[in-house]
Amino acid sequence: MLDIGVTNMIPEFQHITGYIYPNEFELHWGTLIVVYPYITGLVAGAFILASLERVFNVKVLQPVYRLSLLAALAFLLVAPLPLIIHLGRPERAFEMFLTPSTKSAMAMFGFVYAWYLMVVLLLEIWFDYRKEIVIWSQEKEGLSKYIYKILTLGATDISEPSLNFDAKIGKVITIIGIPSAFLLHGYVGFIFGAVKANPWWSSVLMPIVFLFSAMVSGIALVFLIYMVTSMFRRKEMDMDCLNKLAELLLYAMIIDFSLELLDFTHRLYESEESIKILAELIYSRLFISLIVSQIIIGSLVPMISITWARFFKLPDEMRRMVYFITAILVQVGIFSTRWNVVIGGQLFSKSLRGLTVYKLQLLGIEGLLMAAFLLILPLVILYILCKVLPPWVENEGEFQTSEIET
Amino acid sequence: MKKNSFQLYRRDFLKSCYKALSFAGIFYLSFQPEKLLFSRENSQYDPTKHWYGMGIDIHKCIGCGRCADACKKENDVPREPIYFRTWIERYVVPIEGETYVDSPNGGIDGFPEFKGDIDILKTYFVPKICNQCAKPPCVQVCPVGATFLSQDGVVLVDEKWCIGCRYCIQACPYGARYLHPVKKVADKCTFCYHRIVKGLLPACVEVCPTQARIFGEVGLQSSPLRRFVRFNDIIVTKQYLNTEPKVYYAGADMEVR
Repeated sequence: MLDIGVTNMIPEFQHITGYIYPNEFELHWGTLIVVYPYITGLVAGAFILASLERVFNVKVLQPVYRLSLLAALAFLLVAPLPLIIHLGRPERAFEMFLTPSTKSAMAMFGFVYAWYLMVVLLLEIWFDYRKEIVIWSQEKEGLSKYIYKILTLGATDISEPSLNFDAKIGKVITIIGIPSAFLLHGYVGFIFGAVKANPWWSSVLMPIVFLFSAMVSGIALVFLIYMVTSMFRRKEMDMDCLNKLAELLLYAMIIDFSLELLDFTHRLYESEESIKILAELIYSRLFISLIVSQIIIGSLVPMISITWARFFKLPDEMRRMVYFITAILVQVGIFSTRWNVVIGGQLFSKSLRGLTVYKLQLLGIEGLLMAAFLLILPLVILYILCKVLPPWVENEGEFQTSEIET
Repeated sequence: MKKNSFQLYRRDFLKSCYKALSFAGIFYLSFQPEKLLFSRENSQYDPTKHWYGMGIDIHKCIGCGRCADACKKENDVPREPIYFRTWIERYVVPIEGETYVDSPNGGIDGFPEFKGDIDILKTYFVPKICNQCAKPPCVQVCPVGATFLSQDGVVLVDEKWCIGCRYCIQACPYGARYLHPVKKVADKCTFCYHRIVKGLLPACVEVCPTQARIFGEVGLQSSPLRRFVRFNDIIVTKQYLNTEPKVYYAGADMEVR
């Protein structure tokens, strides 16, 4: 049954079924807010991966350690953009720092973000690269010499004790960094999970599901970046590292998928007031993005194919191929997850009587192109970061030999 | 010595001063012009002495939509049919099957005749409005404190401070908020705050031809709202969410949410 009045006046609303509150015709959080948790998830995931190498001494992951840190930084720099662009009054964004409401989960964004960027990521990267930066500032010529000079921040002591100190501090920062990464993305889950008005969001599992899906997407991202950069640099990929990444990805996916399954079963079993409209939501609005894209293409297929590629005898070439395709599918799956949370949560009426539609625009602030731009921008930043602070392991090797020679 | 008409003597000058001062004093004491000029009207209004709520008598609502129309006119709510501070829903409860609900243009143009091939058990109209919750989830989530619960129990938005993040719109369980398309800030019912501080009624209450809306003090013994709550069986919507709504419905059944 259609709401005759409005659908006649605004033809886009012809696909609305049942009754929705009149103020619900406009969807308030669009593509940009889908991009935001997707990006922060990548940040948290990449960082947690990097910390594994550092804190838990998973040495096989060394080839991707610095790459993960830089990827986390590149994506973190872009993370606030979709939020600010999406604001009705972006010029007032800074008020979040000036008059934060301590009761609001969202108000903490600025502080969590600043903490993570300043205290965790930048410091960790700086301490990790300090030795190289000092040496580059002495060896390089021209403008880049001065850039590295500035980056040393005046700390040019690279004696043994000072380097040991760097390593120690780096470890401490990583240890602080892990809960911070959990905080960063768990908090994003909390923003949704703590909205009691919305039965699709309101779930205590939300922050945890967000975290594990963050790890999944972060590992898959580093996977992709490592493979693509190795290909372009015509370097041999470290197969042990890839296998380890694939294992970690699989474990994270199993936990993530189990949690989501638990959430789903729990809802179905409790069968609250909202269950009917949520079932309708899944079958009529989210079938492609949830059942097909998130569950089948984004979770089941990757889990099966990683298991197959990792634990069965396959030639390395084939293995890499499977890993590569899987990592792409995982990204598609996680993006769908974010979509299903953010958009899905707004497609049903809080009157629990009807479903609305979301039309993705191509142009405009909430459009597809803007979202694509925001997803490509971190890769551009990462490219620049890699130029300034090369994360390649064999570079370090070369560098060490040159150091010994001198 | 001949007086020059333009020349003032000291004694005359002092006399004039005395006269002017006396006049000014009398004028000041009797009119207190600075209050007329600078003070806000009704400066006696003390928000701590009030706690507002609204009663809605579903038996009396005829679905004419005057309230929703008056609200839009009084508060410059955009006329498009997707922005409402208050609206009216029509419930058609069949003997068997799903209840049908609609609200074409918020009920402003009235309701078209219901043309469904079902046996109807009952129908009724339910005016909806911000519940002015005592524990407002929308206020809790606002990152900059731009929306707040006033001392007299009205949830307001500071349109000069709101950043337009729309978290409050998501957090409202009742769909009572919208993003103002021109101001780009969250907007909602204020119980016509500009009117109630002057002792007037909200526009929707004022225009209701059947007095289906009762505005007043929740706590005051003598208030009509108190009487309404006392003599009717009252429900509030989505009570389980513990938002403590202050809009009380009489005659609403379980279908209303």
